[in-house]
Amino acid sequence: MSFINYMAREINCKLVYYGPGLCGKTTNLQYIYERTNPEAKGKMISLATETERTLFFDFLPLSLGEIRGFKTRFHLYTVPGQVFYDASRKLILKGVDGVIFVADSQIERTEANLESVENLRTNLAEQGYSLDKLPYVVQYNKRDLPNVASVEELRGMLNPTNIPDFEAVARTGVGVFDTLKAVAKLVLTELKKNG
Amino acid sequence: MINPQMVMYEEEFNQIQTVVDRLVRDANAKVVFIVDKNGQLIAASGDIDNVDTTSLASLTAGNIAATGGMAKLLKENEFATQFHEGEKANIHIQLVGNRVILVVIFDSRSSLGLVRLRVKKASEELNLIFESLLKKVQEPGADSPFAEITDDDIDNLFND
Repeated sequence: MSFINYMAREINCKLVYYGPGLCGKTTNLQYIYERTNPEAKGKMISLATETERTLFFDFLPLSLGEIRGFKTRFHLYTVPGQVFYDASRKLILKGVDGVIFVADSQIERTEANLESVENLRTNLAEQGYSLDKLPYVVQYNKRDLPNVASVEELRGMLNPTNIPDFEAVARTGVGVFDTLKAVAKLVLTELKKNG
Repeated sequence: MINPQMVMYEEEFNQIQTVVDRLVRDANAKVVFIVDKNGQLIAASGDIDNVDTTSLASLTAGNIAATGGMAKLLKENEFATQFHEGEKANIHIQLVGNRVILVVIFDSRSSLGLVRLRVKKASEELNLIFESLLKKVQEPGADSPFAEITDDDIDNLFND
C-alpha cells in the first residue's frame, strides 16, 4: 500500500524481495546499497543472526527521483528465506506494493524455489492479495555457478505467466538494478492505473 | 486492494503536526514520531536531526507487526502499548486506532507516568484526525497526482 504525502510531495512504496534461503535476497540489497549515491539512500538495516542469516528482515530506503514534482521513495525489504521463519515472512508482506522473487538457479534448489513461490502465493492470499495482480518480477540468480538449470527450465517452473524476468549474479551486481527498475516501473504504472 | 491507500493532505498533516509538536513539549520528550503500520514515517517532531527517523520508523513497524503476531497466537486482539527502557533513552510505543503508531523517545527529564498520560490524550486526538482522513481518502473523486502521469514520465525516472 503506497503512501502519498501531499504535504511533503512524496510517494512511498514498499518492495519485498522473496525467495528460498540463501538465494541472494540480502546480496541484492547490499549491492544496491553499495552502488547508490549517498544522497539517494538511507541506512541499510539487517536484522540477522550471528551467522548472517536474515532473522527478520533487511531494510533499505531509496529515492529514485521526481515524477511531476513528487519525490518517489522506495522501501526495499527482504524476508527471511528459511522455511521455519514463515510467521515473519507474513508480517513483512503487509502493505507490499511490489514483489521480486529471487530464484536460486542451482539445480539442487529447484524444490526450494517451487516451495518458496508457493509459500509467497499462500501468504499473499492470506492478506487478500493475489500474486497475479501484484507488480511482480522474477530474478534467476547465481547464473555464474556451474550447476545451474537453464533459463527455459526455470521460466517454465517459476514464470508460467510470462512476467518480466532477469538473469542475475547478485554478488557482482549483474541484473540487480535491471530487476529493481522493472518492478519499480510496474509499481508506478499500477499507481497510474489506480489514480 | 484490501487496504485503502494511505494519503496525507496538507490540512490533516498540519493537525497531526500540531498534536505531535505539543506532545514533545507536554511530555518533555526528546523525539515524537508517527509511523503507519507499514513503516512509512508520517510526522516527526523534537530533536529529529540526531536520530535516523526512517530506520526507526521501519523497525517500529516491524516491532509492532511482530508483537501483533504474538498477540494473535495468544488470541489477543493486539498489544497496544510497548515500553523499552534503556540506560539513557526510553521508548514508548502506542498503537493508535489500530492504524498508526505513536512513538515517544524520552530520557530522565521525563517519566513513564507523564509520557503515558500525555500519549493517552494525544492518541484520542490523533484517532479522530486519522478517522476523518480515511473518510476523505475513500470519497469518490479524490484525485491522485498519478492519474495524469505518462509512461514517458515513468521511463524518464529510470534514464541514468
